[in-house]
Formats: sequence, C-alpha cells, structure tokens
Amino acid sequence: MPSREEIIEEAGAWLEENLDPNLSLVEWRSRLVDGGWGSPRWPKEYWGRGYTTEETNVVTSLFIRKGAVPAASAGSRNLAAETILACGTDDQKKRFLRGILTGEDFWCQLFSEPGSGSDLAGLTTKAEFKDGKWVINGQKVWNTSAHHADWGILVARTNWDVPKHQGISYFLINMHQPGVEVRPLRQMNDHASFNEVFLTDAIVEPENLVGAEGEGWAVAKTTLSYERGGFGTVSDIECEVEKKGRLYDEYDEEMREANEPYVWYPQRQGRVDLAVPRAQATGTIKDGAVRQEVARLISMKRGAELAARAAKAKVRSGSNEIVSAGSIGKLASSFVARQGAKVHTMISGADSLLKGEDSAEQGVIAEILVSVPAISIAGGTDEIQKNIISERVLGMPKEMRADTGPFRDIKRN
Amino acid sequence: MELTEDQIQFGEVVERFMADKSPPTVVRKLMATEEGYDPAVWKQLCEEVGLAGTHIPEEYGGFGFSDVELAIAAAAMGKHLFCGPFFSSAVMAGCAILEGGTDENKEALLPGIAAGTTIATLVLDSLDKVEEVGQKVTADGDVLSGQVPIVIDAHIADTLIVITADGNGYALFSIDKGADGVSVRLRESIDETRKTCEVTFTNAKANRIGSLDIVGLNRLWDRLVTFLTNEMIGGAKHLLETTVEFTKMRFQFGRPIGSFQGLKHRCADLLMELELAKASAEYAALCYVKGTGEPYVASMAKNLAGDAYTNIAIAGVQLRGGLGFTWEEDTHLWFKRAKGSEVLLGTPHYHRERMMTIIEEAS
Ligand SMILES: Cc1cc2nc3c(=O)[nH]c(=O)nc-3n(C[C@H](O)[C@H](O)[C@H](O)COP(=O)(O)OP(=O)(O)OC[C@H]3O[C@@H](n4cnc5c(N)ncnc54)[C@H](O)[C@@H]3O)c2cc1C
Repeated sequence: MPSREEIIEEAGAWLEENLDPNLSLVEWRSRLVDGGWGSPRWPKEYWGRGYTTEETNVVTSLFIRKGAVPAASAGSRNLAAETILACGTDDQKKRFLRGILTGEDFWCQLFSEPGSGSDLAGLTTKAEFKDGKWVINGQKVWNTSAHHADWGILVARTNWDVPKHQGISYFLINMHQPGVEVRPLRQMNDHASFNEVFLTDAIVEPENLVGAEGEGWAVAKTTLSYERGGFGTVSDIECEVEKKGRLYDEYDEEMREANEPYVWYPQRQGRVDLAVPRAQATGTIKDGAVRQEVARLISMKRGAELAARAAKAKVRSGSNEIVSAGSIGKLASSFVARQGAKVHTMISGADSLLKGEDSAEQGVIAEILVSVPAISIAGGTDEIQKNIISERVLGMPKEMRADTGPFRDIKRN
Repeated sequence: MELTEDQIQFGEVVERFMADKSPPTVVRKLMATEEGYDPAVWKQLCEEVGLAGTHIPEEYGGFGFSDVELAIAAAAMGKHLFCGPFFSSAVMAGCAILEGGTDENKEALLPGIAAGTTIATLVLDSLDKVEEVGQKVTADGDVLSGQVPIVIDAHIADTLIVITADGNGYALFSIDKGADGVSVRLRESIDETRKTCEVTFTNAKANRIGSLDIVGLNRLWDRLVTFLTNEMIGGAKHLLETTVEFTKMRFQFGRPIGSFQGLKHRCADLLMELELAKASAEYAALCYVKGTGEPYVASMAKNLAGDAYTNIAIAGVQLRGGLGFTWEEDTHLWFKRAKGSEVLLGTPHYHRERMMTIIEEAS
C-alpha cells in the first residue's frame, strides 16, 4: 500500500507532466483516465489503481488544489459505472467504463414507471428475446437526464410467471434508436430535468444484459445502494491555481449547458450555506426564533455529515453497513432540506415568493421553496427509507405482503 | 469515530464493569438511598479499573488518557445509569482543577480524585448558562458567601470546588464540605439516579486554588457538556434498542406491534436523530482533544443529543403503553435521566442560542 506521501508524489509528478490548460476537455479527461487517475478507487485493469477510499481522497484533494478538472461523474453515469463495475462482464466494463469517465457518454436511469415507483419490483415494461435480440416495450417515467443521455440502465420484466422479484432483468440500452422516445416533463419548480420515456420495440443487444436473465433485481439493488450512499459528501478544499485556458472554458461550458437542467440541485438541499449570511443581511439574526431554527439547521446538517463520515469509516474497516448508512443519510438529507426551506421562509418572509434577477438571491430563495420537495421523493421516498431502516437496521417485522405468488396474478395499477 | 484497539478494549472493560455492577435492580436500590451510590463499588471502580483517573495526567496520579476515552466511559455509564460520583468528582471537579488550578494545587488535589479516595464536586452557581456562572456565590478575599440551588453529589463530597467572578475572569477555590459556614441540603429531584443538593456558604473561608479567564471557563463548560452529551448518547441508544425489542415481542391485533408502520417509522426517525447526535458527540470529544473543529461543537452536540434523548424517552414510554407509565417497569429510569441531562449545563434551546453567538462572533 502506498503511503500518503508516495501518492502525492506520484500524482503530483503526473499532473506536472500532463495537466495542460490548452487541452480540450475530452483530451484532458482521456489522459486522466488512461493514466489511471480518473477513478483511482477502481481496479487497475479498468482505468483505476485499486486504491482504498482513503487513498482516493488523497488524490482527489490534491487534484482539487492543483485545479485538475475531474473525470465526469455527475448524475446517473456514476450509478451506471458502479453497477457495471460490480455486476457487469469483463467485456461490458471494457466497453463502457472509459466513456463514462471521459464524459463522452451520458447515462440515465430507466427504473421508475407510471405504475411502479416505490414498488420498483412491480414494473411491467416487457423484455422479450426475439431473433437473437432483446425487444423492449413499455413506459418509464421521472427519468433524469434521459433527454440528453446516450445510454440508459434499464430494468424490465422477462418472466411473468414467477414471483415479482424473480422475473426482472437488467439491461444497458442505447438511447439513440427509433424505439426510444423521450419527452421532457415540466416540474413544479419550472425546470425540466426529468422525462418520460416510451419504449416501443426498442432493441438491446444480448451482450448488454447485466447479470443473468431473471436476476436483475440484485443488480438493481446494487444501483440503489450507490444512489443512496452518495448523500452527505462534502468538500471544502480550495483550488490554488488560476483556472484559465481552453480546458477550463470547456469545463465551465459543460457545467453551464449540460448541467443547465440541474441548476436547482443545490436548492433542493435547502441551501444551508445561505442561512447565516441571509439572516445577517436581513437583520433577522436578531430574532430569537430565527436564531433557534438556524442553529438547529446547522446542527442537523453538520450532524448528518459527521454521521455519514462515521458510517463510511465503518464500511471501510470491513463491516457491512452500506445500506443502512445510505438510508439514514438520505432520510437526514430530507430533514435538513425541509429545515432549510423553513429557515429561508422565516428569514425572507414575503420576499421569498419573488423570482427573477431583482428578487432575494436572484430567485434562489424562491427556488429553494419549490425544489426541496424533490429530495424526499427522488432516489426512494422518505417512507421507503424508513421502512428500510426499521426492517434492516432495527430488525422490526416486515409489512404483511399482498404481492406474493406469480406476478401475473398480483393486483396492480 | 474510528477508535484504536486500545480504546475499543478500554470501552469493553468499562462496559463489562457497568453491566455487572449497575443493573436496573441495583440502580433502583441506590436511588432509594440517601447517599445514592455504593462506596464498595466506587472503590472497586477506582482501584481495579482506575476509571476516576482516566483523563488525569500521570504526574497527578491518573492515566493521562484523552477525553475520547472519557467519552467512551461516559457512554457506558449513561447506558447503565451508573450511580456514583464519577461525573461530579472525576469530571466536573477534576476538569475544573485541570483547566484552572495552579500546578501546586493540582498536585495537592488531583491524586485523591484520580484514586477515588477523595470525592469532590464542582459548585457551579449556574447549571443553565455559562454566562451566568459566578453570580450567586461571591468571594471577599477568600471568604465565600451565597447559595447555589443545584450541586451534584455535594452530600457525599469531601471537597467542594467553587468558581466565583473575579475581575474580568473567575477565581477557583476549594473548601472542605465540613468547613465552618458550609451547609449542604439534599434535594428531591425527578432523577434520583443523580443526587442533587443545595449548597449555602455563609462567610466560609476557602483556599484559592487558581483562576480561569472567560475562554477557560467556556472551555471547561464545553468539556463538561461534551462528557454529559456522550453519557446521554449511551443512554439514548440503549433505550431505543430496548424499546424496539419490546415492539417485536408485544402482540396486538394478532401481530407484533413493531409491524405497524406508524411505530416503525417513528423508530426509524429516532434512529436517524440519534445517529446525528452520536456522531456529533463523539466529534466534540475528538475536537476537544485535538483543539480543532468549529468553536460551537459542544453546543451543537448537546442540543442534538438533548432533543434526541428526550424524544427517545417519550417514545420509550409511549410504545410500552400502560406498562411504560408504571414505576415497576424500568423505562422511567432512563426517561428521568434523559430529562435531567437535557436541562443540566444548558437546555437544547440555550445551546442553539449559544451556537449563534459563537457563529456571529466568528464572522
Ligand atoms: C426529481 C426526481 C428525479 C427522479 N429521477 C429518477 C430517475 O432518474 N430514474 C428513475 O427511474 N426514477 C427517478 N425518479 C423517480 C423516483 O424514484 C420515484 O418517484 C419514487 O421512487 C417514488 O415513486 P412514485 O413516484 O411512483 O410514488 P409512489 O410509489 O406511488 O408513492 C406515493 C406515496 O406513497 C408512499 N408509499 C409507497 N409505498 C409505501 C409503503 N410501502 N409504505 C409507506 N408509504 C408508501 C410514498 O412514500 C409516497 O409518499 C425521480 C423522482 C424525482 C422526484
């Protein structure tokens, strides 16, 4: 195992030689990924270095300080990558992982359906094997990024005569084909980051089935654990160099354009960072009731970060608590976000209604209020997290089930 | 908090001792006595485990461990509602002397406290707000006067450590409980697992043993708060666990009550609340040791833990139904400790206000 100093020395030397602000974004990321620095936690044979999380953090901090643009990781592509890494074939890893890290391929998650969200395993999108290919028919919904995705991770039913969890298979689907139609959906906060996706005789090549036929539920659970595990991460490291050149221009452009539908994401977490500055600017910091709620907000936010960190430390040292840690962290982030919305309402009063350039924080405060409701729904609702925590962590008895037996016979929407 | 092998072992030793010596039957017996503790067990704890010297440097007869070990011990004591003068003597008085005593007085006072042969306590004339410390007891030279409504374990203490206002800072005194002009009256409290007394000084001659500036007093307060908070976490965690176990065994409507979603979700919420408080409490201890972290960590941890423990205690009674409201059932012992800990050294409300003051000063 390399020491901290050895990692810094090796990564530092590599950066010295390779980081060039005049490269294009894809050129730079190709170097980064081929050099094994795009995701050092991954195994050596798949563009990584086999580092532990801790060792990877050393690299991440150094790269932030040196102004190195990171590998692409935002959104569903991360879920796809981790799932392929954990459950995919060698061939799938070789074909997909690099394009994810370089940012050349954008991914989306095609899980939820109009008839099944929380009850994901109740899905009815159909996959049939015909003439050597999988043919997909059905509808997906609430699919973030689907409108500019190149690939999707998809769950579909391949067997209707077995209990519901046993008839599901997991696919990697090319979004650029006639059988895939994506329609953006307008959200209550007036952005459109999620979509509905219609699948009509859409094709998946046989080599893009992940795991065996009928064993997709276990693969889907892997995806979900990464979705929930991603909450509560923070970085307060600052960059030491001036970010100037083509690389940074293209990166900014990516952030602006590709991420345009997601500008509201920080707002859905309640913008805890704005609480004290806003309370000071408005003078409400003198209001005892506001002070109580701001302090409560900061305590909850920091407590959630510390709990997430403690949970990760445990997972590192070998215990199997990733699921519980993820669900507790996700539930906490909902509580924090709602408290954030409450605090900003107290601080801004009637002004919190106004949108536009001349409103409180250029509309950001208003956007908090109408974005926070997403966080307790997306990625598994609060109620589902509480079911998971009570059953898997606290060991409380499971709900009585009304959905056993062959899927064909179960009541559904 | 990532613990070292030694720290884990230390925790196991304390946990074993507490589980063995402080089961609910013993807690009930001791809380009904006037002394409120078992001198033989206290002696064993100090001689065999050496616990009272955990955080006291070796030069003063202790082990010189850090406040992380102190926090570990706190959690075990809180879990088992340990009845004994650990908090009052080793922590409150011990830390006050460590933070403010002169070297000479540390040498004189700490070895007895570390060995458990001297029981001391700290007379804090406000257990509500650090800003109000030093207002009820006044010192004229080294002669003390004034009345303090709540002093933990004063009735069994040999020595009282007293903090009074002194110019811009504070003076630290020690005085024998039996000295002229000192009177101690045991008070009735809802939490009989932690005995409280009223202490009155009437022209009582004390020894000046040191000083604290405002920063020092706040550091001491934070240190005591951090210990108490970790003690609360131990109790809260245990109470949530026993409550959840109860819901798995109790049947109504032909099924365990723990299968009702209303109760499952309530327990999940409580676990989340507990996890945030626990991580913060452990972090506060670590920050004290390293001298790092946000300046408000202790207040942050105490306000989270105060709410979490009380909420868990309320659910602990509620989820047991009528049984939970009986004297016979043990839940009320933790309920009362939760209430007692919530209000000692500052309510959650106070600590949130204190956080804001600290944040404003820093910005
Ligand atoms: C912003 C956003 C982005 C999203 N992005 C994606 C994406 O990229 N890909 C994707 O596949 N999906 C995505 N989703 C969908 C999301 O995962 C689902 O909306 C969610 O799982 C809930 O499913 P549902 O909408 O069908 O609601 P339902 O499952 O119908 O739930 C309705 C209500 O019933 C409650 N409920 C359901 N079951 C239970 C139970 N057993 N016990 C107690 N209460 C219960 C729920 O908590 C909820 O309050 C996104 C959603 C949002 C809001």
